[in-house]
Amino acid sequence: MSFEWFVALRFLREGRIQTVLILLGVSVGVGVIIFLSALITGLQASLIDKTLGSQAHIVVQPPDEMPRLIVDGVVAGTDPAALARDPAALGEALTVRLEKPAQRPRSINQWPQVMREVEQVPGVIAVSPLVAGSAFVTRGVASRSVALRGIDPERFIRIIDLSAKMTAGVFRVAGTEAVIGTGLATDLGVRTGDRIRILTADGGNDIFTISGVFDLENQAVNDSWVLVSLKSAQNLLDLSGGISALEARVDRIFSAEIIAQQVARRTGLVADSWMKLNRQLLVGLKSQSSSSIMIQVFVVVAVALGIASVLVVWVVQKNREIGILRAVGTTRGQILRVFLIQGLLLGAAGWVVGVGIGTTLSLFFAGLATNPDGSPTFPVNLSGQLMLGTLVMALGVGLFSAMAPARRAANLDPAEAIHRG
Amino acid sequence: MAEPTVKAADTGSPVVLLEGVTRDFGETVVTRVLKSIDFRLGGGEFTALTGPSGSGKSTLLNLVGLLDRATTGRVCLDGVDTAGLDDTALTRLRGGSIGFVFQFHHLLPAFTALENVMLPGIARQGRPSAALRKKALELLDRVGLSDRLKFKPSALSGGQQQRVAIARALCLNPRLILADEPTGNLDTEASDQVFELLRQINREEHTAFLVVTHDLNIAARCDRIVELVDGRITSERAAAPGGG
Repeated sequence: MSFEWFVALRFLREGRIQTVLILLGVSVGVGVIIFLSALITGLQASLIDKTLGSQAHIVVQPPDEMPRLIVDGVVAGTDPAALARDPAALGEALTVRLEKPAQRPRSINQWPQVMREVEQVPGVIAVSPLVAGSAFVTRGVASRSVALRGIDPERFIRIIDLSAKMTAGVFRVAGTEAVIGTGLATDLGVRTGDRIRILTADGGNDIFTISGVFDLENQAVNDSWVLVSLKSAQNLLDLSGGISALEARVDRIFSAEIIAQQVARRTGLVADSWMKLNRQLLVGLKSQSSSSIMIQVFVVVAVALGIASVLVVWVVQKNREIGILRAVGTTRGQILRVFLIQGLLLGAAGWVVGVGIGTTLSLFFAGLATNPDGSPTFPVNLSGQLMLGTLVMALGVGLFSAMAPARRAANLDPAEAIHRG
Repeated sequence: MAEPTVKAADTGSPVVLLEGVTRDFGETVVTRVLKSIDFRLGGGEFTALTGPSGSGKSTLLNLVGLLDRATTGRVCLDGVDTAGLDDTALTRLRGGSIGFVFQFHHLLPAFTALENVMLPGIARQGRPSAALRKKALELLDRVGLSDRLKFKPSALSGGQQQRVAIARALCLNPRLILADEPTGNLDTEASDQVFELLRQINREEHTAFLVVTHDLNIAARCDRIVELVDGRITSERAAAPGGG
């Protein structure tokens, strides 16, 4: 054991009250940071999970149809900017107007090829075709407006794992089978095995058997989604062979917007990420993270000041001993390292105790209340990354806080320190 | 009566040589505590430094012990002019060449007697070693404390603490030991024992001693007495024969 460690450890053991005080400070600080971070990241993860549990990370659609330029009642193009560049092209026209067309269901051209292209974009881990449109579902006298979604079940479960969300029956949409949400099932009073009629504005009309009922923990989805096979939806929405969108899942959810932009560039289509579609949620998450970081910064500063002040008092109390050490041949550098090692040791020991405090507090809080499905109301995320981060923080704070007292100790005049103490 | 002539035990190169040394304190109001001191301490000499309180004895001891720097003049230790040395070199020279014995022993309370004796060696070598431990055990045996190795200073008597401090001073076989009132805090019996121990070390190891003392009996038992008054050496004389 080196001289510095030898002296540092002995000083720590001797100054029990100061050691315990500093340990308490670091432990409480680490504990609070672990608890706060675990709680907030847990809540955020749960919120994101719930939000993305019923939607794709990226939705790729054909662009909207452009407004048409009508000159004297005749369609003159879809580029008003061209007219602005060349007003002479109008000649002696009497009326000019811009007409916004109704957005009719349109298919993505050569969608199998586009799908393969999207699959090759780095970060994309699954792609599924979707035929979506509005429809009516009737059963007896009851009727409901619904969101009809035609899917390829094998691909779809890689976007939204519906098989794990079934409350009744199975997730199967072959032939004239349909899967609906719990809200719609209640509204229509249907169970698995019952039949429903689906009608569309394009004249589509067919009878489907309910094969399963799902609960995606999203009321709007549970009340409106009717999932059928891709082919059935194509027939009902008069989109023979076509699809209205491609849904994609990515490996890192917070990279979804960047990946969506790459998809849009590669395909020339409109690609919206969940981040764009849930802008308010994202702002909320960011605000929450910022508040959490602010609190953590103040905790770190308070802990650092606490350690530094106790160590400064410690150095003052040890003036004479430091003077004696200097007199018997200890260099300034050795004295400096003795106190820096003390800071590091206090940081490390405080981290160990703090991990215990933070983990216990987090698990206690998570166990306080549970949802009807048994999941905790306040989920916590105690990750290895969090533990590693707090270790680095604790060591950094210990070292940084010891810096000023250590320099003070190293710069003591030995003669004065011995005689005045 | 004429003062006895000064007789150094070693007439070779001096362990300590001070030439024209002054030491000032204060910035706005400057106080000159030491005034043009010329002093020489030969190898193996046992010299008493006496003088009234405030005469500058401790300041002189700090300068000789390289714990402080002179305002002007030369301080040489073992032939090395210390003026050009940086703090680390000064510390190394001090650690290797000088042993300190203080009035209040100044042992480190967190360490045992054995560890206190080993400390200068651990600081110099960077870590403890078996050889260092052996040396410390020998020293503690020599000062009669081989049965107190694991005692903390608080569990030792004043005389025992001072003997541990003497053993610590000897840890690195210094050529010079500076003792600041080494018996000032002890009763007569302990005082005699400690002084005899210092004398014995001086004889056997040929270690030079500079002992600050107010006690005229102690001073009389040294080879030489240097008297300091108002920052100046006012007399240097050999102690009365038979004193030591």
